Amino acid sequence: MAAFRARPSKFLAKEAAVAMNNTLSRDQQLELYWTRLDTRFPQAQAVFEDCMTEALASLSSEGVDAYLEAARAIGKLGRGVEPMLAFLEEWPATALAVGESALTAVMDTIRVMQKSPNGRAIDPFIRTLAPVARRLQSAELLEEYLEITQNLMTRTTGSIHGHHTTFPSPGLPDFLAQAPNLLGQLTLSGMKNWVDYGIRNYNNHPERQKDYFSLQSADSRAVLQRERQGTLLVDNERNLDLYLRGLWQDSEHLVPYSTAFDQIRKPIPYYDKLGIRLPDVCEDQNGIRGIDRYRAILAHIVGHRRWSEAQIADNWSPFQRMAVEFFEDCRIDTLLIREYPGMRKLFLALHPKPQENACDPETTSCLRHRLAMLSRALLDPDHGYTDADLNEFVARFHALMEQPATSTNEVAHLALSYVARTRRQSDQFAKVHFDNTVVEYRDDNRQLWKFIEAGDEEEAFDEQRKIEPQEIQGLPPRHYPEWDYVSQSYRPDWVSVYESLHSSGNAADIDRLLQKHAALAKQLKKMLDALKPQDKVRIRYQEEGSELDLDVAIRSLIDYKSGANPDPRINMSHRTNGRSIAVMLLLDLSESLNEKAAGSEQTILELSQEAVSLLAWAIDKLGDPFAIAGFHSNTRHEVRYQHIKGYSERWDDEVKARLAKMEAGYSTRMGAAMRHAAHYLSAQKADKKLMLILTDGQPSDVDTSDDRLLIEDARQAVKELDQQGIFPYCISLDARLKAGDDDYVRDIFGQHYTIIDHIERLPERLPKLFMALTK
Amino acid sequence: MTDKEQYKIQAEPFYQQQNNEVALYEAAYRNRLPVMVKGPTGCGKSRFIEYMAWKLGKPLITVACNEDMTASDLVGRYLLDEGGTRWLDGPLTTAARIGAICYLDEIVEARQDTTVVIHPLTDHRRTLPLDKKGELIHAHPDFQLVISYNPGYQTLMKDLKQSTKQRFTAFDFDYPDAALETEIVANETGLASDTVAKLVKIGNVARNLKGHGLDEGISTRLLVYAATLIKDNVSPVDACRMALVRPITDDADIRETLDHAIVATFT
Repeated sequence: MAAFRARPSKFLAKEAAVAMNNTLSRDQQLELYWTRLDTRFPQAQAVFEDCMTEALASLSSEGVDAYLEAARAIGKLGRGVEPMLAFLEEWPATALAVGESALTAVMDTIRVMQKSPNGRAIDPFIRTLAPVARRLQSAELLEEYLEITQNLMTRTTGSIHGHHTTFPSPGLPDFLAQAPNLLGQLTLSGMKNWVDYGIRNYNNHPERQKDYFSLQSADSRAVLQRERQGTLLVDNERNLDLYLRGLWQDSEHLVPYSTAFDQIRKPIPYYDKLGIRLPDVCEDQNGIRGIDRYRAILAHIVGHRRWSEAQIADNWSPFQRMAVEFFEDCRIDTLLIREYPGMRKLFLALHPKPQENACDPETTSCLRHRLAMLSRALLDPDHGYTDADLNEFVARFHALMEQPATSTNEVAHLALSYVARTRRQSDQFAKVHFDNTVVEYRDDNRQLWKFIEAGDEEEAFDEQRKIEPQEIQGLPPRHYPEWDYVSQSYRPDWVSVYESLHSSGNAADIDRLLQKHAALAKQLKKMLDALKPQDKVRIRYQEEGSELDLDVAIRSLIDYKSGANPDPRINMSHRTNGRSIAVMLLLDLSESLNEKAAGSEQTILELSQEAVSLLAWAIDKLGDPFAIAGFHSNTRHEVRYQHIKGYSERWDDEVKARLAKMEAGYSTRMGAAMRHAAHYLSAQKADKKLMLILTDGQPSDVDTSDDRLLIEDARQAVKELDQQGIFPYCISLDARLKAGDDDYVRDIFGQHYTIIDHIERLPERLPKLFMALTK
Repeated sequence: MTDKEQYKIQAEPFYQQQNNEVALYEAAYRNRLPVMVKGPTGCGKSRFIEYMAWKLGKPLITVACNEDMTASDLVGRYLLDEGGTRWLDGPLTTAARIGAICYLDEIVEARQDTTVVIHPLTDHRRTLPLDKKGELIHAHPDFQLVISYNPGYQTLMKDLKQSTKQRFTAFDFDYPDAALETEIVANETGLASDTVAKLVKIGNVARNLKGHGLDEGISTRLLVYAATLIKDNVSPVDACRMALVRPITDDADIRETLDHAIVATFT
């Protein structure tokens, strides 16, 4: 074939040997290979020679055979030329990373895909194979990756009403396209968790599944963030804040920026008047822990804030500015090291050490390389560079730093003369030597420059843009996680809770209800009086007290008889103990409350209203701080938390009016409401914190098909409350629950619950229950 | 009569003056004014009083106050012996009789009703009524009352009554500045002053964190401990961890910050 002309300059030794052995010319050899590929796609022909060159260089001769055979098989799949082209191009690099033996497993996966409705995923699968392999670097890990892929495929491929595997997996192609990116940030097990989460939560929602696997949806990113390796800023904010305060007497708001989704342009730390911007995660590097990398960044920024003054940038060229930045950064680092000598080790471990002749000044712009070397030399006494100019400037820099006070301005002059001295024609080249020249702990130095002219443009267009102030409606939502019992993990920021003030009705209604229960109130009052703080606490070892403490008295007598010095403090006295209980009353206001209570003319809502009024009256009489709130939910995106009474509000007409307007509707997402209520209750200063939850049924919501899920979430919420020192107690009005059948309440609350069988007696039972609980 | 000599300070304690507190104290003593020394723990309050007692050549009786202490622990009580009862003077009474400086250390630790017994000794009366014994002691002309008090852990429960506070002249102590503290620690332990300067630096890191999770910073006393350990050939990093960080906090974040400060200071 004429297409294959020999190009001797590209001949490789190995290839040459093969050619010699077979005593065939290169053209003939290639032609032979081409026949074995057995394809008639013209596109394949165009790349075949280059691919074969690469394959011959990196594969063994059996490997080449297998390669051609596999390519032929892929070409015959009937999926067009794309998969075969991808394979031809990607396999040699893949084999180089994980070994040729992985081919069998890869081909098996392709065959499985071909047999399932997921043939469309073969192309992205092969395309990302090489980058994936480069990240994994071992055949075993690659097999695990294939396993994850197949698992995802089988579990998300649709089958409806017995039509077996009819719908292709919606998320698979997106997942495969994202795979190299994912593996850049996650370990394989992290990736597996991320995939599992997506399958579990979006299995029956194709569109959302696609969003998830293409990293478009918010929780996909959130879960990714959770699975990432390295040190997360959110986990260490307090630690770093202490670091700033303690070592540098500085404090600033720390704002994370995401490093996960900017592949091309990596963001650099910086600071402005809104705070210090740091990457959201720092992995360990060169034996330096992530937290110490954060500390290095912060120290450097603090140094700029302390010692740098802004320079006018207009008269300097970009090269000059770059040099000034390098010199100034080194001045800052030197001053930092002077403050804490141990920082030198940290900085040097993070600072790149460029090789002296890594950059060829004939073909490449070497300014960056020169400056990075200089920067290294300024910090590292054992730099070992021999360049005369470099060493001269290192000496001049150190001489400058010997002076008691240095300024940005002085060091800038040094930088300018360095640029002038070492300037080369090639600095202007477009090809810039970047390798090993980026000092990652340094910020972008935006505060170092001030520009007198805004720009060269005649008119500036972006100045006039005005942001219309948005009208704020209600409080912004708070997000809470939800417990997923299947995976035993939290779904981050899953539920949105909107808090609002409950609308008001007529306060007189509540007074009328209280009037109606006047007899009961009288009875309660007696109990309340008994409850009022009067618990006696014994104080022992008193010289003077109200009673003789017999134990101590006898001991003293023995001492006395035996001639030792007796303890005269043989009395004891009493004092009353104060009562310190904060109460949160959380009302389930879901639709089911509108039902008529069994054996009563009133709805459950009306009975609850009476009961809550009486209870509120009783707690108010006792003087315990208490709050009332109601909740209902309409999917996870809208849990409404309605404020009825706050801790600082009095039990007055305003609160009563809100209570009078109580309405029921929607569903019961209990966990989120409990977490939100706990947020207020935990801020209370009281020895005991009690959260009463009045509900008429099990947690449920319209967007959750699994009944267990919200029950388990509520149970988890109860555990969280326990950890915060809050005592949760449930009063269930579920008439269907009888003794022995109270499964879900017990699951959620353990022993902390009561079931009110005769709901019409709720107004009587509730306050008594409360008193019994707090006695 | 109690042996006066046993309460005298024999050798000169090392004390580095921070301001002019020595002269001020001498003036207060000349006029027998009661003195209160305030300041964070381990900043040299007790050492100052000891030094002044030595300088003035007066006996010093120190009482460490605690919660279980009653008025009779200060004043004295009847004891039983074979023949019947015998009165035993408490430390305050002894000091008033022999003319010593009575130093009540950490006075807020004692219960408030206990501290009221010192009131008649602190005003113009300078008397101590022993109601159980039926005796009124007129204080010896050399007697002086000194209390120390750490306002750092001011809780609702542990504060001095206004009526007590207003009977004293007061010195406000704080940790000395870095140079002075270096000199103090170096003098006290004989460690080279450049190493001591590093210790002081770490101490100041912790003092910056006061109120952000630390109730008190690292005291001069702890710095002295650390310096002593280093002097005994313990590696500086270990000595600092042991003497400066571990005693003051159980908070993991603070511990890590301070550990980092140590590593960053000692290369």
